[in-house]
Amino acid sequence: MTSDGPTRDGRLSVDRVTFRYTHFELRPAGFEARAGEVIAIIGPNGSGKSTLLELASGHLAPASGKVTLDGQDLHAMPAAARARMVGIARQDTPLLFSFTVREFIRQGRHPHLGRRLFETGEDERWVNWAASETALEPLCDRRVTEISGGEFQRAVLARTLAQRPRLLLLDEPTANLDIGYQIEMLALLGRLARAEGLMVVIVTHELNLASEMADRILLLDAGRLVRQGAPDAVLEATELSRVFHTEVAVDRNPSSGRPRVTWVVHPG
Amino acid sequence: MTLAATRRNVLSVALGLTVLLLIAALAALALGSVHLSIARVCNGLLGRGGDSEALTIVRGLRLPRVLLAALVGAALAVSGTALQALLRNPLADPYVLGISSGAALGEILALWLGGLWAAAAPAMAFAGAVATTAWVYLLGRRGGRLASYTLVLAGVITASFLSAVILFILTLLSTRDVRGTAFWLMGDLSVITNARIGWLAPAVVLAIAALYAFAKDLNVLLLGDVEAAHLGVPVARVETLVFLLASLLTGLAVSVSGTIGYLGLLVPHLGRMLVGSDHRLLLPTAALGGATVLILADTLARTVVAPLELPVGAVTAVAGAPVFIYLLRRSAG
Repeated sequence: MTSDGPTRDGRLSVDRVTFRYTHFELRPAGFEARAGEVIAIIGPNGSGKSTLLELASGHLAPASGKVTLDGQDLHAMPAAARARMVGIARQDTPLLFSFTVREFIRQGRHPHLGRRLFETGEDERWVNWAASETALEPLCDRRVTEISGGEFQRAVLARTLAQRPRLLLLDEPTANLDIGYQIEMLALLGRLARAEGLMVVIVTHELNLASEMADRILLLDAGRLVRQGAPDAVLEATELSRVFHTEVAVDRNPSSGRPRVTWVVHPG
Repeated sequence: MTLAATRRNVLSVALGLTVLLLIAALAALALGSVHLSIARVCNGLLGRGGDSEALTIVRGLRLPRVLLAALVGAALAVSGTALQALLRNPLADPYVLGISSGAALGEILALWLGGLWAAAAPAMAFAGAVATTAWVYLLGRRGGRLASYTLVLAGVITASFLSAVILFILTLLSTRDVRGTAFWLMGDLSVITNARIGWLAPAVVLAIAALYAFAKDLNVLLLGDVEAAHLGVPVARVETLVFLLASLLTGLAVSVSGTIGYLGLLVPHLGRMLVGSDHRLLLPTAALGGATVLILADTLARTVVAPLELPVGAVTAVAGAPVFIYLLRRSAG
């Protein structure tokens, strides 16, 4: 299938999209991503990060503006065709029925089944690959209701990987993970991006993880895209202190040379 | 452990359950006020050996009833399975949610109005099922989400209200005696004609086959509306069609047998323990399992206090209500 998997010349273009809820407005926001790039969206709660992610996924239609992936308008596409190109990992999946981890990951193949009722050997290979990349192989026969929050988070990522998207969007993918798994997950995403040309857009509250993994960072503040660029350009103490309403300091992580954000404590 | 939903496994499970279904059917044909040997059952079925008593009992009395039980059981169990996926609630069941009572009210209204209305009784049962599902669905929504307990409570209250209305109309109708009324409200397979089975069989089989076309979409729907849409499922269209097909199956079942409870809860629950939650396996399991369980329940209803009969709904309630309570307790934890 031609749309199966990332491509080397992939390109996401989010062109001045806007959106309005009752008490919130996203001002025109635009960014681009090329094959292999990792983009992080940061900002305070309610600044519009998840809205921008939903708009970029093609799932939420913007009030104005346009999103194209490899030249195709994502909002004008049939949902099934879009689902073969764009994967979205969110954390609030309800769980009332006990699928096994393998069955849960297998759901990611749904957009590729077309008119077929059953998965083929190729589908199963991608399921195995996704389970192995996320180190879930030993848990494949367990029920998703019986694994830990962190394991479930990895299962959500695995399901999205099995989907073989060109563009992978993640909303708070590390929220339930301990620091070891956070680093492991981000390393995996970075590796897939570089090795296959996968485009990754990630919404996160972890400023330092954004700094270490992202090629570019978008900083949102109250519905405005106030800065975007390399971590060095965006993670700047005065601006972050203003946006997050708390005093932060920025120095460098000695091991990577990337900006490191810490909060400033005034004793007494 | 759960089975992988492959074509081969679906066929193996269907074959195994068909064998069980045939064994249950043979037992149902043999047991009753007159016990027949398997040899006599076969003679009666095939019209061999000049055994006219066996012929009358097997073909004339018991076979139509076994076929009816199989069709109603399959319809209710598949309807329950589909409703559970649609409402993302393992407690959903046509009877618990009042949908069966809605269908029954439609049917009774048609009979009360008489004339052309009476001829359209099955269509009225379907309309009653659709209206009640929509009503309970709206009541069960809170802040844009389906609240599990609110939904069940809305269904139980709706069922009890509709049952009161049905009782009122049945009293006015006065064509049925009290015992007949109670039987119909509890579910009854004793009133059957071959003509009914003639249209019921293709309708039930077609509706189940149509639902099976949505089996893989139902799996994705269990992940939630948003996830399903992200995976490319046209959520609104699929939900509407599944909802109509589930209501149709309940309407069909109720129009021939009254309100038989808990089958749509009991059978999918057993099915999930047996084959897991993948609807490509679960739907055929529910269909064949529902047919088998209702044949057995009806055989019990006919034999336990012979020569008297119990309403079959009393038997399914005795088996199903504890499962409902177990699921309720578990989902509370």
